[in-house]
Amino acid sequence: MISPTEHPLSPEMKAKIDLVLESHDFDPTQIVGILLEVQDLEPLHYVPEPSAYYIAQKLDMRVTNVFDILCFYDQLSDKPRARYPIQVCSSIACRVNDSEALADTLKRLLGIDYGETTYDGRFTLERITCFGACDRAPAVRINGHVYDHLDSEEKIMALLRSLR
Amino acid sequence: MESVKFLTQNFGRYDTSSIGSYMNVGGFSALRKAVTMDGEDIASLIAENNVKGRGGAEYDMGRKWSQARKVHGENKVIICNADEGETTTFKDRELIKNDPFNLIEAMIIAGYVMGATDGYIYMRAEYACYRPLLLNAIRQAKSYGFLGTNILGRGFDFNVHLYSGAGAYVCGEGTALIRSIEGKAGRPRMKPPFIKVSGLFARPTCLNNVESLSLVPHLLLDEEKIYQRYGTENSVGTKMISVAGNVEKPGVFEIPFGTKIRDIIAMAGGVQGGRRIQLIQTGGASGKVQAGTDEVLDTPYTYEDLQSINLTVGSGGVLVVDERTSVIDFLRMNQEFFSEECCGQCTPCREGNVHIAMFLEKLKNGTITEEELALMGSIAEVMSRSSLCGLGETAQNSLLAASRVFPEVFVAGGADHA
Repeated sequence: MISPTEHPLSPEMKAKIDLVLESHDFDPTQIVGILLEVQDLEPLHYVPEPSAYYIAQKLDMRVTNVFDILCFYDQLSDKPRARYPIQVCSSIACRVNDSEALADTLKRLLGIDYGETTYDGRFTLERITCFGACDRAPAVRINGHVYDHLDSEEKIMALLRSLR
Repeated sequence: MESVKFLTQNFGRYDTSSIGSYMNVGGFSALRKAVTMDGEDIASLIAENNVKGRGGAEYDMGRKWSQARKVHGENKVIICNADEGETTTFKDRELIKNDPFNLIEAMIIAGYVMGATDGYIYMRAEYACYRPLLLNAIRQAKSYGFLGTNILGRGFDFNVHLYSGAGAYVCGEGTALIRSIEGKAGRPRMKPPFIKVSGLFARPTCLNNVESLSLVPHLLLDEEKIYQRYGTENSVGTKMISVAGNVEKPGVFEIPFGTKIRDIIAMAGGVQGGRRIQLIQTGGASGKVQAGTDEVLDTPYTYEDLQSINLTVGSGGVLVVDERTSVIDFLRMNQEFFSEECCGQCTPCREGNVHIAMFLEKLKNGTITEEELALMGSIAEVMSRSSLCGLGETAQNSLLAASRVFPEVFVAGGADHA
């Protein structure tokens, strides 16, 4: 295991993480919410190892617990993603409204499969279970926003173009 | 048939970011009334209205509150389950979005009834956009003295905390949810101890769904017993349902119990393109299925009538699947959900999901044998009886129900994807 001192955090990132921790009153039980927010501080939407170590240290938690949580929850990542991770809903209400066609179109247009990132680091394609927008199917969720009724290639293209 | 407005009566009537606006429409008068009452009477009022838990377990809510009151222990806890991970279920989203103050008020009332000191809202990460709304509601309630110490001068202390999930369906299960709030990975644990005795931080805990809680302030102010005029004898009142799948206008509706399934589908704009209904599933991914026959469509949506055709109210989700999707494909998609969301702790669920996914693949390809069909059924039974938590127990509900409703699909070798 690499020790945190070999990967120093920038003072700017430390300050940003401190703000997140403060807004959660440095409460270790709020770790899931803290990691979700720290993940979004990173342009590539993940929790880097030095940040995980820093948070563990600040909250007096074991690093293994932090990584257990990072690995357990689908919405958390310890690996870099793209600037725009595209989450495609694979649950039944979206599936019967052709979310597979949406996924296939995304794969074709971006030239990537699930779990892969485009060469320019803009998009990652992720397959996730229900995000509670069944009434807006077929939909994708990108950085917390739900983009709905993506039932034609034109709409999908327009969405991809709008995300720079 | 029209939707009704009992639980949703505040929707659109006040500015959800302002406590003053909420109080102008009668906000917090239920709490003012509650603190003049005995907690047991409030539990009886809920029992009198025959409210069953709206999260899916359908447990008698009045009884739950009465039992929770009787548990001895310091620092009792109320948890509001806003994890709503069940697919086709998004009613709690509407309650949080349109009436956040009512939920906070309901939690304070629950705290008063149970003699609790803390309330926790566990909301799924997918609803993070409503976090500021709830945090603001909590902050304002605190500044008005509805939260904190000596609430309304009754010597009662209570605070509400908001916690976030992060995309794990299993965290809707009580013990998993509790572990998640404790800052751990949300893996369910063995019971006993039951959470009502030793739950969050080993404190006595009462866990309720958003909709169940939201109903309480309205019931307290319902002097004329309007709620009881809705519904049937055994299924009193109204229910929030979310209709999705192959319908023209999916959405959330508050319906009186007793509304026919046919009318529910009509409310959601009818089946897309007027197609034939292949099947309906009620209660989310863990719910059972039925065919789209006239007999089923004419069934009133009540606990007892749904039970008579082997369906459940559950989380209030209604999924309509039209003829474009085959029964086997539906089951395969549903199985993918559970294979993905299984936490992997207990053997029946972990292994069962893998094997049933494999058998469904064989069924689809027409390569399944008689022996394997029987084995699939027996694994599904074992899972439902011996899994550690509700996820494994209910994962095969749809498969077991489908095998009864659509026996023609479950044939060895050469199924024609009926």
